[in-house]
Amino acid sequence: MTVKGHLEAGALGVETVGMTMRFGAFTALDHVSIGVEPGSFHALLGENGAGKSTLVKCMMGFYHATDGQMMVDGREVAVPDPKAAHALGLGMVYQHFTLVPSLSAAENLVISREDAPRVIDWRREKAALTAFMARMPFAVPLDQPVRALSAGEKQKLEILKQLYLGRRFLILDEPTSVLTPDEADEVLGHVRALCQAGKITVLMITHKFREVTAYADAVSVLRRGKLVGSGKVAALTHADMARMMMGDETLAEPAPRAGAAGAPILSLSGIRARDRSGLKEIAIDRLEVRAGEIVGIAGISGNGQMELMEVLTGQRPVTAGDVRVEGGPYHATREEARVKCVRYLPEEPLHNACAAKMSVTENIGFRSFDVNGSGTRFWLANGAMRRQARDLVAAFKVKTASLDAPMASLSGGNVQRAVLARELTGEVDLLIISNPCFGLDFTAVAEIRARIMAARNAGAAVLLMSEDLDEVVELSDRVLVMSEGRITYECSGAEADAVEIGHHMAGHA
Amino acid sequence: MESDLGLWAIPIAMLGGAIRVSTPFLFVSLGEVLTERSGRINLGLEGTLVFGAMSGYAIAYLSGSAWAGVLAAAFAGSLFGLLHGLICSLPRVNDIAIGIAMMLLGMGLAFFFGKPFIQPVAPDLPSIGFGWWSDIPQLEAALRVNVLFLIGAAAAVALWWMFRSTRVGLVIRVVGDSTDAARAMGLRPAVIRTLATAAGGAFAGVGGAYLSLFYPGSWSEGISSGQGLMAVALVIFARWNPIACFWAAILFGAAGALGPALQSVGVSEGYYLFYAAPYVLTLGVLIATSSPNRAMVGAPGELSITK
Repeated sequence: MTVKGHLEAGALGVETVGMTMRFGAFTALDHVSIGVEPGSFHALLGENGAGKSTLVKCMMGFYHATDGQMMVDGREVAVPDPKAAHALGLGMVYQHFTLVPSLSAAENLVISREDAPRVIDWRREKAALTAFMARMPFAVPLDQPVRALSAGEKQKLEILKQLYLGRRFLILDEPTSVLTPDEADEVLGHVRALCQAGKITVLMITHKFREVTAYADAVSVLRRGKLVGSGKVAALTHADMARMMMGDETLAEPAPRAGAAGAPILSLSGIRARDRSGLKEIAIDRLEVRAGEIVGIAGISGNGQMELMEVLTGQRPVTAGDVRVEGGPYHATREEARVKCVRYLPEEPLHNACAAKMSVTENIGFRSFDVNGSGTRFWLANGAMRRQARDLVAAFKVKTASLDAPMASLSGGNVQRAVLARELTGEVDLLIISNPCFGLDFTAVAEIRARIMAARNAGAAVLLMSEDLDEVVELSDRVLVMSEGRITYECSGAEADAVEIGHHMAGHA
Repeated sequence: MESDLGLWAIPIAMLGGAIRVSTPFLFVSLGEVLTERSGRINLGLEGTLVFGAMSGYAIAYLSGSAWAGVLAAAFAGSLFGLLHGLICSLPRVNDIAIGIAMMLLGMGLAFFFGKPFIQPVAPDLPSIGFGWWSDIPQLEAALRVNVLFLIGAAAAVALWWMFRSTRVGLVIRVVGDSTDAARAMGLRPAVIRTLATAAGGAFAGVGGAYLSLFYPGSWSEGISSGQGLMAVALVIFARWNPIACFWAAILFGAAGALGPALQSVGVSEGYYLFYAAPYVLTLGVLIATSSPNRAMVGAPGELSITK
């Protein structure tokens, strides 16, 4: 396979030849050769841990490949560090934002430039930036600090930054994981247009087949560090790609739905709370979740879901209204949560539901370490805690080096599994979940969704907040949409229509 | 002409005190702003201040030039900052612990090398009289402004401008706010933090030279009464903004002058309590401006006590 150099409008062709990366005895990349034609939109598919990140980190000079070469613009190049990659015109948009939160968008753009002037003439720079924005297919506010931007705006700014820096080969690491379907279509549509115009070449890491078929020209699939397939997207079906990605592994089936909704468990009325910025208000007039049903709240991140979650977990005070669980008032104290069997899986569980530096055993024991029958205990029952942790780690397939390893050493999916193991143990009447599958791979997603469904079938009331619309529609008996801190739409899970919901999410009621 | 000003003597004495006392606060807090904006805490500035006072006094005495003393103090301060910065760049080193060690080291070295300079008299720094238009001697005295105070005020404005409109300033803010973003940008956070810490140390050294070369104006082991430590609190109070540091330093200076001013008009009862005014003020302002719901606006993201 030989890849052409570059197009007249600037797009670069890039090729890896036999790229191999070993960490000690572990081979993360095994002779991976992929060719990305100039001006093409190339998708890189694979499960978590398949080596996608390692591959692009080698390409960008974060890692030094153990073996193999890289060709840029038809010539063999050495990329000792990211600076060298940048100089070649290679850029990357990371999964985690790399913008500086306290700097404004304009400051972020100017300072990221290699030739940022010693003294910045803001009037001139602002004029230049405004002119640049006018040429771009999408825009973001320039003067606000980045921390005040929504996730979608941050992602757009990340891409704009790369274009502003004159990069001609762009690696996008799951760029749409934080965007709504509409936003994702908008952003990817613009990126594709830039590719077709021959201005840039794109290599996109993704989990979403829909994005591959809708936007990509070619696809390469990695599994366990090996290139297991590649080709033109037009010649492949979703089933082909899934087969390449998963090999012969079988997926956990979501448990079938059983039973009808019972008595109301959670009811909110007239809730008012300040949002993160302290400027806007969260207003939930009425929200009810019954036993044996999953109520899904869809919405773009930053529309009050996080604040609602914090109200329910007791992390955020309400200014008015009340939360009732099983008919009684609920203030999310530990005591109340135990008596009423309320369990949580908040987003970013490592941060919101774990003590990161404490061990897996201790974290799994958080619900029960001080319980002794119906009373409390002073001395810990270390043996029982260990046994419980060992059983749960096995039952929920948590991959950890040891039970004494700090929670922070686990990967995202395993932290999620460990917290879920803790929260789903014992009687569960109300389960409140936020983004349970964010950033997880295929197998983990299917398994976690099946567990949630099983809890519902066992009679728990489940409130699910998720930015992934497919997830909400797949799991929920009722679907609500949250926008601007309010619930703006409701329908049953069966009649959910992605377009209708998408419009309410985007605030087009 | 000697005039009896009555209660007016208090604000005039406080104005003079504010200008006189605030200068070391101003320099140390500007140094600390520079350091903390890069994502590192230097608690050792108290030691740097005392060593700066000693070395400034010694060089001024030996060379006969007060300005040579100021330069020597800045140089000594930058060495202390550089050492702190280099040690903190090592992995698993806590900047608070190193800061406290550096504070004790600085004071110890200053006392050791400073012994021969307690007796001799070094030249003073010049000051400019802005009170020539007034015939009230107290006011004239209050408005005798030291050149270093003016330099400090200019430095506050210069730092504010630097953080806003220069590459160096933005780079320091980037490094202080997000190490990951800085690395992704190809910056080297450890190097930038070390340089910022060294520059911050130079500021603190100059603050020390002011103490020994102008007010109180001689070198002794009790020359600092914790200005270096209070300046660190002052930075938080000023929300990491150099201009706000200037006003905060003035406020602290004025509050510090309250006790002596009251004493000068004959209030003798409980004036020791008024000496505590700056500390009470710090507590009050911090409580009044804090919020249980959100992090402090303007705090550099990489500042942490558990690194």
